[in-house]
Amino acid sequence: MDRVLFGDNQFFGVNHMSEEKARAQAMRFQNGKAIIEVLEDAYAEGIKTFMCTTHERMAEICDFFRANKDKYPDYIFYPCMPYAHKYANAAAELGMLGAVRSFLPEENKLGALLRGGISLARQDVEGLATLLIDAEMKMFAGLNTPVVFLQNVATDFLLGLGFDEAFKIFADHVRVRYLAEPAFMTMNAPMLVPRLQKLGIDNPIICTNINKAGFRMCPSIQAYEELIAQGRCRLVAMSVLASGALAPRQALEYVCQFQNIESIVFGASSRRNIAQTKQLIDELTRS
Amino acid sequence: MIRAGIVGLGKMGLSHQAMVNAHPGIELKAVCDSSGYVLDVLSKYTGVATYADYKKMLTELPLDCLFVATPSKYHAEIVAAALELGLHVFCEKPFGLEPQVGYRLAELAERKKLVNQVGYHYRFVAAFNEAKRLLDQKLIGELHHVQVEAYGPVVLRPKGSTWRAQKSEGGGALFDYACHAIDLMNYLIGPPIAVSGTVLNSVFSSDVDDEIYSTLQYSDKLYGQLATNWSDESYRKMSVRLCFWGSNGRINVDRQEIQIYLRSHDGADGFTKGWNVRYTTELTRPVWFYVRGEEYSAQIDHFVQCINTGVTSSSTFRTASDTVLVAAMLRQDAQRPRTAIALNGAANAQTQDSPAVPQRRQKSFVRSLLDRL
Repeated sequence: MDRVLFGDNQFFGVNHMSEEKARAQAMRFQNGKAIIEVLEDAYAEGIKTFMCTTHERMAEICDFFRANKDKYPDYIFYPCMPYAHKYANAAAELGMLGAVRSFLPEENKLGALLRGGISLARQDVEGLATLLIDAEMKMFAGLNTPVVFLQNVATDFLLGLGFDEAFKIFADHVRVRYLAEPAFMTMNAPMLVPRLQKLGIDNPIICTNINKAGFRMCPSIQAYEELIAQGRCRLVAMSVLASGALAPRQALEYVCQFQNIESIVFGASSRRNIAQTKQLIDELTRS
Repeated sequence: MIRAGIVGLGKMGLSHQAMVNAHPGIELKAVCDSSGYVLDVLSKYTGVATYADYKKMLTELPLDCLFVATPSKYHAEIVAAALELGLHVFCEKPFGLEPQVGYRLAELAERKKLVNQVGYHYRFVAAFNEAKRLLDQKLIGELHHVQVEAYGPVVLRPKGSTWRAQKSEGGGALFDYACHAIDLMNYLIGPPIAVSGTVLNSVFSSDVDDEIYSTLQYSDKLYGQLATNWSDESYRKMSVRLCFWGSNGRINVDRQEIQIYLRSHDGADGFTKGWNVRYTTELTRPVWFYVRGEEYSAQIDHFVQCINTGVTSSSTFRTASDTVLVAAMLRQDAQRPRTAIALNGAANAQTQDSPAVPQRRQKSFVRSLLDRL
């Protein structure tokens, strides 16, 4: 993994600090071209990995990078699935099973429907989960996706339920079908990592909040610092700026002091902010 | 260890199950739902004991508390059964559909000294609690106007197949959505003494209301406005925003931030004259386990702490019944004949069920408008 990865919250009206800012961003980025321009800016600053949610709007971004392979031959996507609101809203509207049914792939109908129908009927979670993963991965066909993340709402929901087998199903399918490294986003890394190790998922890639403010680091910043010190997982730090609550240098100094943090993901909308953050991380990583 | 059961495994029930199961102070003994399918999957993959009949679960298992997350119309019966058995109860909002039933359950729980809590999770959002702290100390002086808005994308097309789209099941934006906004207002400044001008409108639903607008009266000097709409696709998820106007300034607050404008201030508490902004990132403390927002975890932890220490919950059956009472007042107000001032000067009595302005009159309405122009 590269040291610096580019995130996508800013493109989808997600801002943990301000709804006004989130709405302004949603307006600016409702056109895919605006997203691509920012990704090109990030690329020009040397950020070549885009960690992105499998939001349906990502399809046009994928189309762009497929069409421009000569210009961006080394561009990397880290898909993060699923886009949780899509499922939550469908569950409220269609009920649990209706939601699952609505996301089973529509193309290649006979095969997928059979696979889906049989899986549903047999309560075969593995069959269903792999179908849903395939449906989410479809838009990335032909692109470089060496790491695939399970999104934090899904990870933490399964972790809470004790639905451990799902992690194994996800990890195995991502490895076998996509020859990719399975990875997990979580807000509860100190609880998740030992659980994954018990399942035989060793040294997993974990993307989690790590910031000086202790924002959304559950159960505590101390537990996180212990986990980091143990070096039992490959860490990607997210929310390092705590959505802008921290001054960049102070925030990045905190994250960069930990040798065991492999990568840092951040999202920004302006070339200036992208350049500033990237340069700061590079500088603090060298020192 | 507190022994818990959960009844109802929809979106909220499953979310509670994840948090309850992860709580170090609770042992989840069993879950109950009418869907055999969901039960089979959970039993097979998580090993939790499952029941299709809550009565059987309550009689067979020694439990200390019960989480109720069924469709609203079943709340009262299940809660009563659990209280009779001496269980502490956490029930999903709105907490029944009839305030009288809710108050009876509140009395029963209070008499039996059982912890009783309703899932009005906005009471556990850090920014709203900060607003409460500042309002309680009258930072912006005497209030003279309040506004609460709740918008989100729940019902976005005419067809809905779940109970939320059915009036008989307790569906509809008033009880299922507006109650959050009403409860939050009750929490922050107390319940209104009267409501008027209430409009319950359908946007897409055929059987239930999708939007609610009303004027709330808190005293002879303080009025507020409520606006909720669950058919607004421009929001990514439910968004609640409150504004308070006082003699010394104004507070705007939502889940993410609190903005405070002060006409004058002595600088205490770090506030200055003019605008002050505090963000959720600085106000929110980490929870023991996070799935979908600190407030969902915090309310469950609060329930556990109340059981362990005997403290009264900050979202009780009684406060929830107050909220349902206000919702019932809104429904009643919306149904009664209304007097409105028409543009042509004639008073025009109307009810919610008959169209506000009949087709033919609409033409004359437009014509009278044109005439005036």
